[in-house]
Amino acid sequence: MIFASFTALASHWSRNRLQFLALLLGLALATGLWSGVQAINAEARASYDAAAATLGEGQYDQLVTETGDRFAQSTYIALRRAGWQVSPVLEGELRTDQGLVQILGLDALTTPGGLAPVGMDGETDLLEFLTQGVLFANSETALRLDGQVTLAIVVDDNIAPGIAVTDIGAAQRLLDADNQLSRLIVARAQPFGLPSIASVAPDLVRQPAQDAGADRLTDSFHLNLTAFGFLSFAVGIFIVHGTVSLAFEQRRGMVRTLRAVGVPLRTLIGVLIAELVAFALIAGLLGIALGYVMASVLLPNVAATLQGLYGAQVAGSLQLRPEWWLSGMAIAFLGTGLAAAAALWKIAHMPLLESARPRAWAVASGQTAYRLGLAASVLLSIAVAIAIWGQGLVMGFGLLACLLLGAALALPVLLRGAVQLVERHSKSVMWQWFWADTKQQVPGLSLALMALLLATAANVGVSTMVSSFRVTFVDFLDQRLAPELYIRAQDEVQAQALETYLIANAREVLPSLSVETDIAGIPSDLFGVRVGPTYRENWLFLDQSGDVWSDVAAGRAVVVSEQLARRAGLWVDDPVTVAPGIVLPIGAVVADYGNPRGQAVMSETLFKQSFPDIQPMQFGVRSDDPAALSLALREDLGLSDAAIIDQAAIKSFSLDVFERTFTITGALNVLTLAVAAFAILMSLLTLAAMRIPQLAPVWALGLTRRRLGQLEMFRAVVLAFLTTVFAIPLGLLLAWVLLSYVNVEAFGWKLPMYIFPGHYAVLSMFAILAAVLAALWPAWNLAKTPPSLLLKVFANDR
Amino acid sequence: MIVRLFCALLFLASPLSAQGFAGLGTDAEGFSVPAEGFDFDFPTDHGPHPDYRIEWWYLTANLQADDGTAYGVQWTLFRSALAPETIEGWQDPQIWFAHAAVTSEDTHLTAERIARGGIGQAGAQARPFSAWIDDWTMAGPSFDAMRLTARGAQFAYDLNLMAKGPLVFHGQNGYSVKSDQGQASYYYSQPFFEVAGTLSLPNGDVDVTGSAWLDREWSSQPLAEDQSGWDWFSLSFDSGDKLMGFLLRDRDGDAFSSATWIEPDGTTTAFENGAFAAQPVTLTEVAGREVPTTWAVQLPAKGIDVEVSALNPMAWMGVSIPYWEGPVTVSGSYSGVGYLEMTGYE
Repeated sequence: MIFASFTALASHWSRNRLQFLALLLGLALATGLWSGVQAINAEARASYDAAAATLGEGQYDQLVTETGDRFAQSTYIALRRAGWQVSPVLEGELRTDQGLVQILGLDALTTPGGLAPVGMDGETDLLEFLTQGVLFANSETALRLDGQVTLAIVVDDNIAPGIAVTDIGAAQRLLDADNQLSRLIVARAQPFGLPSIASVAPDLVRQPAQDAGADRLTDSFHLNLTAFGFLSFAVGIFIVHGTVSLAFEQRRGMVRTLRAVGVPLRTLIGVLIAELVAFALIAGLLGIALGYVMASVLLPNVAATLQGLYGAQVAGSLQLRPEWWLSGMAIAFLGTGLAAAAALWKIAHMPLLESARPRAWAVASGQTAYRLGLAASVLLSIAVAIAIWGQGLVMGFGLLACLLLGAALALPVLLRGAVQLVERHSKSVMWQWFWADTKQQVPGLSLALMALLLATAANVGVSTMVSSFRVTFVDFLDQRLAPELYIRAQDEVQAQALETYLIANAREVLPSLSVETDIAGIPSDLFGVRVGPTYRENWLFLDQSGDVWSDVAAGRAVVVSEQLARRAGLWVDDPVTVAPGIVLPIGAVVADYGNPRGQAVMSETLFKQSFPDIQPMQFGVRSDDPAALSLALREDLGLSDAAIIDQAAIKSFSLDVFERTFTITGALNVLTLAVAAFAILMSLLTLAAMRIPQLAPVWALGLTRRRLGQLEMFRAVVLAFLTTVFAIPLGLLLAWVLLSYVNVEAFGWKLPMYIFPGHYAVLSMFAILAAVLAALWPAWNLAKTPPSLLLKVFANDR
Repeated sequence: MIVRLFCALLFLASPLSAQGFAGLGTDAEGFSVPAEGFDFDFPTDHGPHPDYRIEWWYLTANLQADDGTAYGVQWTLFRSALAPETIEGWQDPQIWFAHAAVTSEDTHLTAERIARGGIGQAGAQARPFSAWIDDWTMAGPSFDAMRLTARGAQFAYDLNLMAKGPLVFHGQNGYSVKSDQGQASYYYSQPFFEVAGTLSLPNGDVDVTGSAWLDREWSSQPLAEDQSGWDWFSLSFDSGDKLMGFLLRDRDGDAFSSATWIEPDGTTTAFENGAFAAQPVTLTEVAGREVPTTWAVQLPAKGIDVEVSALNPMAWMGVSIPYWEGPVTVSGSYSGVGYLEMTGYE
């Protein structure tokens, strides 16, 4: 009996292959986009974990200098002779012909366990490792090093990308940093009764074990990706819901018959669930394969973006990790379950002797639309409430969800209202029929149109946000990267010589004095600047009071970054303690995009008073002929190429990175729109069969099939146009929420919103085009319907 | 984990040919080899000999607190060479590691340190004498008056050593043979230290006095390929005499023995293979191994027929290459105290 009912129910699919395809593809696409995004995120996360394990930042306390510069090896020996169990680390960049490689030097004998899982197999000669040096790197990095160094290279794919691990002596020789160390790792277990670190090594500060800073920065990027994944999945689920509901709706007669014949309800429900499970399994596997392909294509771009933007190293090749394919399968099952739950429930509670007539769209009555409208208004009022009183990131996403869902649910009501408006004003009979028919179509197409609404709104919203960011960022870069050259000195002696030389030969010299400290309880960088024309002319403030730069130069005020101000709950004119004994009012708040740390800027003289030991090692230089100055510096002072950085190069590099980020966003945008278009196509196709009885009378009255096809196309254009009209304000609202609410809660800085009407017009065109393309096939089908089919409507007894 | 791997690799010139306990039986390729008729030159020979592969400064002490509690203290600094030379800086092929322990009847606390040579973190020098690693030191204006310090997670000690007798040379004037095949080391001791100082233990500081025995030994292949470990005894009898004896066990169950009888004035008598005998009496399960913690020791030529028993049978050194080391009491034809070291029990 079970098998018989299964085959009976499943036979529906062989008669409705299109529905079958729609269901499978819809679920597969949704799962694919979700798993693809998760795969990228998982790969990135694995790389960060490897980096953290290699660099040990998350596991052990570290000893570093205040300024982050290197220090003498003798400090390490002194701490060791005092009994402290610390281990030396040297880090630096090695320039090769094929790019930069991070060199990490460790002392394998003293490194705490769990660090740098370097596979010392029997073939590695210990003597060679300790005395000459052997480099361990993953295959990608090993290729970059090939032929560039005299040391042997051993490939170990457990090592984080972009890093080569070696003995500290070898690292010192490679990086030309004799007797210098970058930091010391403090072992967890220390003997008792030791003298304090400060008494043995007063220049070092202890940094508690924490997650690598890159984590916080890259969070925003991964959050974006995940949000997209969710969105695509939601759109996909709309397709699935529509198709599953339709399939269940069409099989109601069959179900009634089966039950009348004697199949127990439980068996039927079981069989239906089994069918759904089979779908979810197949579609899930298909989706995962799709996701893998998508992720492999996008991953190199993502890796390049993350490296350029945050300095985070992510492997460029994809690995099959259970995290993402398991979650993909789970989501496929979850999605199917969600989509089918309502329909299953209805089947379970259907009275046995209910009429088997295909219900003439009970949904067609305005009632359902109004009910949805009611639900929408509830959700939107919740959204408003959160916007006014809500705090925190979770609330922010709740706001987004309520907003989007509410708008989606409101769409049928709005469309119905708009169509009704036009209907009242239409004169000719055909047009009256057309608008009435459209009104009746709306519920059937509503899910697909909701998908289109969400996709378009997401497009508008995200592209507004991204473009606003781009415009703001370019301005920001221009402001901050005003100096034409950045020069780094190797040591204090060179720094002095450099400063003297530059003052004589450049228009303006800006020494970089900074120290890492805590301001108002927030980890921040405190800068001492030489106030001059550069700062006065270039810096733009979010808010200011008085003549800011004169006040700062006189030591009467400080400038703080937006993040610091918002997180500490301070604003212009509030006093802030920037250094021991120095309390100054905030003269201005400046934007500092993307920086998780706070920033405070005071005058150079005041800085030197508080931190007399800190010497500037980096200088920004204003010059009218940077190329000539750069050449002169290399010849006269013997500076290496690496010590001089050209501002134009940094700017173009940063912008390059942004373009790449936007490429990924753009790609995902297009994909989501494609999914929505697919939803429309499927809805139209599946409804096409239903439409015959409704179109037959009109055809009989004289409207040609061709005309009917044209009207179908026109209907698609009208509905899509109306949807995009609603989508654009929704998208702008979305952008506003993202920029002013979510961003502030997540990162502490607000982005100004810029509007790009031209862009939205283009986007609407694309959305309408997508709808038209989707409607093309059904319309053509309709135009080619054999007259006999239409006649049959009158012949059959209904 | 890395330390373990490194320690295992430390003794190996090439990993595939590790032989004997801790690879000490591997061939001495490239390194200097001890020869008969060596003239010791002090204080230079108190310092390191980088052209030999393995060397140690090995101090064991039998101490008592004011309330009569017996303690044993160990301080050992090892030098292991990957190449027969020494270079300034990280490229130095010398590796230094050390063990320290404090043992009483019911406690046994250990600590381990490891360091690279060439950078100042560890080392030894002859004049003025100093041997150190991290904050563990054995140093003084001369070899006869030194200060000994060490620190672990749960203990520390600070002891003063005063030599009350001359240096003592084992084997043939310091050339100590280890097997029939002729592997040997240079081996001398200072067994006449008088000790006074403080032990810092979990329960508080304890003032102690007693005696200490320092072994100095260096070689490049101290064991034969088939020797799996040794049992080493240093016994100080109440009569003022002292006895150093060791058994080098091979895989067949035979042993090569050697002993030195030391008179109170420092006169030595060397005994070749076969004269010194020792048999395990009681076995204790320690760290998953069956280790003899009571021995019957005989040296008929000197009328020695004693039972040597561990003060704390659980004196297992749980370091990278583990072994047993702890203070012992002697009873029988002679009575006294001493130290026992047993390696190679699997």
